[in-house]
Amino acid sequence: MEIKHLPTTKDMRPEEFKDNDYLLRMAEELNREGAGVVLGLADKLINWGRSNSVWSLALGTSCCAIEFMALGAARYDMARFGFEVTRNSPRQADLLMVLGTINYRMAPVLKRLYDQMAEPKYVVAVGGCTISGGPFRKSYCVVDGIDKIVPVDVYIPGCPPRPEAFFYGMMQLQRKIKMERFLGHRDRNEVPQGMERKEEKA
Amino acid sequence: MMTTEEKIKEWCPQAETETAGETVVRVPADKLEDVCRRLHDDADEPMDYMRDLVGVDQGDGRYSVYYQLESTRTHGRVMLCSDAATGEEGPLLPSVCQVWKTAEIKEREAYDFFGIRFTGHPDMRRLFLREDWKGYPLRKDYDMDSNPLNMENEVNADVTEEFRLLPDGTLERRENVVFNPDDFVVNIGPQHPSTHGALRMRTSLEGETVKHIDPVLGYIHRGIEKLSESLTYPQTLAFTDRLDYLSAHQNRHALCMCIERAAGIEVTDRVQYIRTIMDELQRIASHLLFYSCLVMDMGALTPFFYGFREREMILDIFEETTGGRLIQNYNMIGGVQADIHPTFVQKVKEFTKHMREIIHEYHDIFTGSVIARNRLKQMGLLSREDAISLGATGGTGRASGWANDVRKHHPYGLYDKVDFKEIVYTHGDSWDRYMVRMDEILESCAIIDQLIDNIPAGDFRVKVKPILKLPEGVFTASVESSRGEFGVFLVSRGDKSPYRLHFRSTGLPLVHAMDTVCRGNKIADLIAIGGTLDFVIPDIDR
Repeated sequence: MEIKHLPTTKDMRPEEFKDNDYLLRMAEELNREGAGVVLGLADKLINWGRSNSVWSLALGTSCCAIEFMALGAARYDMARFGFEVTRNSPRQADLLMVLGTINYRMAPVLKRLYDQMAEPKYVVAVGGCTISGGPFRKSYCVVDGIDKIVPVDVYIPGCPPRPEAFFYGMMQLQRKIKMERFLGHRDRNEVPQGMERKEEKA
Repeated sequence: MMTTEEKIKEWCPQAETETAGETVVRVPADKLEDVCRRLHDDADEPMDYMRDLVGVDQGDGRYSVYYQLESTRTHGRVMLCSDAATGEEGPLLPSVCQVWKTAEIKEREAYDFFGIRFTGHPDMRRLFLREDWKGYPLRKDYDMDSNPLNMENEVNADVTEEFRLLPDGTLERRENVVFNPDDFVVNIGPQHPSTHGALRMRTSLEGETVKHIDPVLGYIHRGIEKLSESLTYPQTLAFTDRLDYLSAHQNRHALCMCIERAAGIEVTDRVQYIRTIMDELQRIASHLLFYSCLVMDMGALTPFFYGFREREMILDIFEETTGGRLIQNYNMIGGVQADIHPTFVQKVKEFTKHMREIIHEYHDIFTGSVIARNRLKQMGLLSREDAISLGATGGTGRASGWANDVRKHHPYGLYDKVDFKEIVYTHGDSWDRYMVRMDEILESCAIIDQLIDNIPAGDFRVKVKPILKLPEGVFTASVESSRGEFGVFLVSRGDKSPYRLHFRSTGLPLVHAMDTVCRGNKIADLIAIGGTLDFVIPDIDR
């Protein structure tokens, strides 16, 4: 016996989230394949728990880190979403939150921190610098986009992004987690269909 | 009494004075050390504070270094310049780190950027770039693609080089030791919650006691100075906000002031009022964040929420007028980007009133606490002499009894028209560094209150050509940012973009001072001491 319509996003309606074709594709794929009742329900429960307790490793190198601190304070209060626990050890974190420019000296450190994290792990690139190098793109020592080093799940643009933008990005990540199959084999490093990065020609 | 220039001419007859832009005294390299020493030990006007040391590639194979000096007694300033001797060994200059300690780190920066080697400097290592970096990026002939991204982990050497010039003109290389093989070295950073950014301190310990700290910088070095050289003047402004984002207004104020001075642009009174008020609001916001971070580093979480509660009020005021919360991009050449919001005056007044009434809460919860007192008093002592020699400006210097407030001694904006106290403490411990900043919050409120009711009518911006060409010469400006003296050094060749643009980092001398301040203290206090020094790493690395 199988259950259908495995991933549900009751609390986050698709029309509120633009540009998430690949999430819908993931949902389709999961629905098509179906899952056993026990496994399916366990998956749902686990993903519900995981998506509401995303603990981040805040790799704050510059400005965005200060806005992240503002998120932790009372006004924006990210504890409402279960993000408030920031771990400073990669072993205890679910999420690598890259806040600020990554340059050539920091890049190996970033990769090392990512490698040290336990699966399942996610990466959120916050701010223009992490996405593309931002205003420092032409510099001699700035990485133009951290997705060249580690796979990125969510990009939050801005310089720095407003707290609302942070929440939007983080809720997108929650959504992604809820759409996943936790039990059973899945190569998490595999790039979802349609999300392959087009190689830029120099 | 002779002027400083006349004195230099007397000690060194070959010295020449250049007056394009600011006055620069050019001293030959072989006389440099002697002139510096005499200036430092002068009886009437001792030039005991070295504001900055800037390397410049002159483009014709010459490498110059500019020394900006100030006397802490008279606050007189002088700028020296010396061309590095070029030969087979590359550019060479005598080191002045025996005269001013701050030269130790600034000469390393000049070496890193230009490859100028300073003879007699005990530690000629790279500062911001990887140790295996090839070439010197701020040289004009540097190939921007010559160092691709290298994902190998970097190995840091435990030994360093020193070069000495022998009388026959040859160079002797000596090896100095940073850490012995049997030293117990703890690596703090670059990913550490309490280093306030990507700072790394290699710390050697004797039991629990700190023996030596070797700061490894450059984990957020973005090459802003090199990037500025290919941008027009209005474009370069965008970088200043991203240096020390907690002093965004003041940094931008400094660069705008420097360009306006060079181009001969007069801003209106209204602009001066707006800029001064914004600077002070920014200072309060920064000090509130300092408080929040310090207490959180020391393990208290509740005061963190207090600090952010008031800080959000300031950010709201910023946002209404400038459109940005943290990075506002507000100052422009010739004025400000937009006029103040209609509710600005009322909201600022409400805020300063609220701040005065609420600051007792900060003191009730933290200042009076036994834990805070025990962990801050008599910890991390920095003497006045060391503070001056290390160039540790701002609250750190003022806590050690060094009156160094640029607002007071070299007024800009409207600081000569307002009445305010320069907060100076004398003990130079963590406690005083903390108290200086808490008192400055109230002092800034007082400055704002004097100005807020009198903002005159007028234009918020004078018309400036979008492509601005500055006359040839050297121009500088300095402001008191939230954590010390922030300076701009600009060399113009008459082009639409700067030939060389350098920012005096407020935090670089503070990180350099960590070794002096923490030595002999327990490792557990290192974070609290670092918190009271209050540095921002992107401003150090630039």
